[in-house]
Amino acid sequence: MMTKRQNIMYTLAALVVFAGILFLLDENLGAYPKRIFILAGIYVTLALSLNLINGFTGLFTLGHAGFMAVGAYTCALLTMPPDLKTMNFFLKPIVPFLANVQWPFLPALLMGGVLAGVIGFLIAAPVLRLRDDYLAIATLGFGEIIRIIFTNTQSLTNGALGLKGLPRFTTVWWSWGIAAVTVFFMVNLINSSYGKAFKAIREDEVAAEAMGINLFKHKVISFTIGSVIAGIGGALMGHLLGAIDPLMFRFLMTFNILLIVVLGGIGSITGSVIGAVIVTIVMEALRVLDGTMHLGFMTIAGKPGMRMVIFSALLMAVVILYQKGLMGRNEFTWDGFFQRLHRMSGRKKR
Amino acid sequence: MSVLTTDNLTMIFGGLTAVDDLNITIEKNEIIGLIGPNGAGKTTAFNMITGVYNPTHGRVRFEEEDITGKRPDQITAHGIARTFQNIRLFKELSVLDNVIIANHIHLRHNLFSAVARTPGYVKEEKRIRERSMDLLAEVGLDSLHEAEAVSLPYGKQRRLEIARALATSPKLLLLDEPAAGMNPQESHELMEFIRQIRTRFDLTILMIEHHMQVVMGVCERIYVLDYGETIAHGSPENIQNDPKVIEAYLGVE
Repeated sequence: MMTKRQNIMYTLAALVVFAGILFLLDENLGAYPKRIFILAGIYVTLALSLNLINGFTGLFTLGHAGFMAVGAYTCALLTMPPDLKTMNFFLKPIVPFLANVQWPFLPALLMGGVLAGVIGFLIAAPVLRLRDDYLAIATLGFGEIIRIIFTNTQSLTNGALGLKGLPRFTTVWWSWGIAAVTVFFMVNLINSSYGKAFKAIREDEVAAEAMGINLFKHKVISFTIGSVIAGIGGALMGHLLGAIDPLMFRFLMTFNILLIVVLGGIGSITGSVIGAVIVTIVMEALRVLDGTMHLGFMTIAGKPGMRMVIFSALLMAVVILYQKGLMGRNEFTWDGFFQRLHRMSGRKKR
Repeated sequence: MSVLTTDNLTMIFGGLTAVDDLNITIEKNEIIGLIGPNGAGKTTAFNMITGVYNPTHGRVRFEEEDITGKRPDQITAHGIARTFQNIRLFKELSVLDNVIIANHIHLRHNLFSAVARTPGYVKEEKRIRERSMDLLAEVGLDSLHEAEAVSLPYGKQRRLEIARALATSPKLLLLDEPAAGMNPQESHELMEFIRQIRTRFDLTILMIEHHMQVVMGVCERIYVLDYGETIAHGSPENIQNDPKVIEAYLGVE
């Protein structure tokens, strides 16, 4: 067993190494791999936010894309320079109160999170009276409602045309920095006596309530925090891609994040991090399959969508081999890490 | 001043009167039994007292304060804790976490101090952990604190449920069939244990139990329910010889 101090030292050392890796990658990666690396960081943040609601509190929600949209649009509208706004809003001019604002990235990003949180809070009150599949359907509905509203508020969101030419603020540091903060937040929250109430609700609502936990309050807190982080994630994504439109935030987006959470392990922070990195990289790496392949003895004509077939097959294999996701509900610990190292080196010697 | 009083507590589900005009009074530090054949309404009575059900009519008073219709978590905060007939532990959490969670109503820190790890939070966290370990030691589970709750054998799960209930610092403890599934040796130990925790934690105890040896051995007064009605009330000796009770349990010739 390791002492607390050792644990902290190792964690700090790992953080320094991690920052070093970020620096090296930031300097040396080409534009395309760098974008994927940044995207992976954003997915870490998003997966954690969904995992807080789904995995730790046990509320099956599917409205995540809606909150991402709120965050992405808020942040974009606050950071875009006024002349860019006039260029974007050529069908109908933008509402006057937004026409001339231009905030720096950080406050706009936080504002995106806050607004997503406010919407999440408002939706939580009626929706969280439902449970399980009914909750999933209701949140899915609200996610879609947000998207439809954004499609139809021409002078506020530019409707279906979306917003283009967003300043590309999201760097490796922003994406992974926010991801690291989210991990820190989640670890501290979930391991505190206060945060354990969320897990208690997941395990048994009746017993949790009998132990003095206010179910509704905690569900609303969990849902709202999840929405805030989702909003921030959405904003980061908008400023990475440089363009957003309502179609981006369809159910498919929620599904991608849910996939990461399930693959990594529902209720595991480590799992979400690993899942996000693997899914983002594999999805891109498999792009080769969409093109024409020469295997020496034969040539397979390129079929768009081929990679999704392979990806799905890989997913199925993982789910069959690891029924509770890669990590289950386990977390990374230094003790576990060194034990594993020890076992591996022992095996080699023999 | 009585600890718990119910006034004409009644619960009607559709056309079924599950509990009819239940009037019980419990004085401080008593151990009271609530018995009756299956379906008599015992657990329904528990659920009304702890706020899981809102009674159709009647009132529940705890230390002379009306707690009828409050939420279960509010009632727990008043000082009533319970265990469940079919054990409801936080199954996939550790034994220690099960007890730590039950400290919730005493927490002084909140979400923000927890995330920021303020000195006050760290100190409180340490105190809660020590207190929970002490409680586990009390029920003889301290050596198993890292185990998953669901992995414990049945009797130990029952003990953990009691430890968890004690962590809320109750004044009144409701035990729903604590001896269910125990062998004679275990149920004998349980009787000792119940008496012990009463003195140790200054408790008043209301228990539902089918195990007559336990009921007669540990309870000072007994209420008997049958089809929702209170058919008898008194000391164990009186209950054993009450013709109505014998009729309810065994039928008449």
